[in-house]
Amino acid sequence: MERLDNKLGMLNALPIFFVLMLSFLAPLIVVAAFSVMPQKVFSLFNAPDFSAYMTIVEQGYWRSLVWSLGMAFASTAVLFILCWPLAFAMAKVFGRFTLILTIAVVVSLFVSENIRLFGWILTLMKGGLIEGHLRALFGTEMDGVLYNVPVIVFGLVYVYFPFMLFPLAQGISMVPDDARQAATDLGASRWRILWEIDLPLAAPGIVVGSLLSFVLAAGALAESKLLGGQVVIVMADEVETAFTYGQDWPLGSALSMVLIAIIGTLAIFGVSKVDLDRIMGRKR
Amino acid sequence: METSRTTRIVLYAYGILAILFLYLPLVSIGFASVSKARYLTFPIRDYSTRWYGKALESSTVGDLLVTSLTIAGIVTVISMVVGFFGALAFARYHWRYRSLFQKFILLPIFFPQTVLGLALLMWFNALGVIPSWKTAIVAHLVWISPIATLVIAIRAYSFDPALEEAARDMGASTKTILQEVTLPLLMPGVISAGLFAFLLSWGNFPLSLFTTGADSTLPEWLYAKMVSGYSPLVPTLGILSVIASVIILLAALLVPRLVTYLRFLKEQELEFSE
Repeated sequence: MERLDNKLGMLNALPIFFVLMLSFLAPLIVVAAFSVMPQKVFSLFNAPDFSAYMTIVEQGYWRSLVWSLGMAFASTAVLFILCWPLAFAMAKVFGRFTLILTIAVVVSLFVSENIRLFGWILTLMKGGLIEGHLRALFGTEMDGVLYNVPVIVFGLVYVYFPFMLFPLAQGISMVPDDARQAATDLGASRWRILWEIDLPLAAPGIVVGSLLSFVLAAGALAESKLLGGQVVIVMADEVETAFTYGQDWPLGSALSMVLIAIIGTLAIFGVSKVDLDRIMGRKR
Repeated sequence: METSRTTRIVLYAYGILAILFLYLPLVSIGFASVSKARYLTFPIRDYSTRWYGKALESSTVGDLLVTSLTIAGIVTVISMVVGFFGALAFARYHWRYRSLFQKFILLPIFFPQTVLGLALLMWFNALGVIPSWKTAIVAHLVWISPIATLVIAIRAYSFDPALEEAARDMGASTKTILQEVTLPLLMPGVISAGLFAFLLSWGNFPLSLFTTGADSTLPEWLYAKMVSGYSPLVPTLGILSVIASVIILLAALLVPRLVTYLRFLKEQELEFSE
């Protein structure tokens, strides 16, 4: 039986393995190869030098990196605080409402993220849904709240909300009720239960949710372009510019590699923390 | 553990607020799409559906829809097939590299799609392939086929291997088992995965952005218009795209029920005639 399982497992894994080799691993390898090519070439048949990486250091691209990582960090922190009570309620308090909330959140994911961000522009701009109605009601003039750093973070929080919420709820559902009950019986305060029981026991969910929202936000582009009006240039934006206007593929690749190195490390770490059999409910 | 009544009320209110927060931008777009004015300001004074008429007449819009639908359709079929086999390797069989395989499937979901899109662009260039809607299919698969696999895997976990073993003991071949036992049992998962794949591909923007070449999908076109300035067609088409998703979602939810109901009616009829 074991030999058969081995054979069948391998065979069944082949199709998707092939698809991901072609669409995931191979492209990443090509980017890595391009990043060590001399500047402004369009083929891989050149003697490698590391000039593109030198340019990144010399031309101050680190500023974009700091913005990307900083805003990703800020949005992850905000998301954690916003999502925790809701995730807790989904796992422990809501009954049927958890299902309704889950469906509502998943369905929102089916709407293109740029359409949803555009909706926020219409909501927040001067003369938009909020400001326009306030002015009509109270006659007060206000400026729109678009085109600054906080609104970009807001956009990131909005778009990556489900990616924090679901892993957190999953993590919290793994905290046994008995442990919380016992702590209450022994006279632990609410904060102490949170600190010594909920947070440590839900740690796998916290790690996955935080890493997922952080890496996705670090590579995000549309939020800063649409809501931020390019008040700051993020890393993904620099990469795009290098590829399109700059026509400098090695530079674009080297910039991507910096991002991929950071994201890849965190992603592999995050993925290694997930016990899929446990989360997805294997009974055996 | 007991939570007090007040806490419960606060938490429910928070949940409802979260749903409103998620859908508020769509409300704004909905209003904007029926505004008559060329330059939008709230509160809206004149309502009209003329932009919908314009959108439906436009041939550009027709092309966009065809491109988006073709990509989503092909992505759906491929995702369902590779996801079905992938899910078996993921959840059903205990093979040597299973844990490694599971992590490999999960990894692309952790990568920002914009970065993956650019990487794919360079890969196509290195291969000498000119980007078009066909390359966008490959791009969509990097994110969507793992998700399809996970969706089917959830179903595959609750699968009782004894059923397959019984069929094998009775002398069924591997192919027969797959056809007669495994596929029917996993079918609900495969259909949900197809639905996910279609809707995620239909609405995807970051993966299409760099990989469609001269062709353009609906979300891509909308983005181009958003960046270059306001056009009244943007909210209109945005809402139309959302309506299309909702129709597909409802159809997927209602059609199986309708089929069951019709079957029920037929059975009753047979009973009466007897």
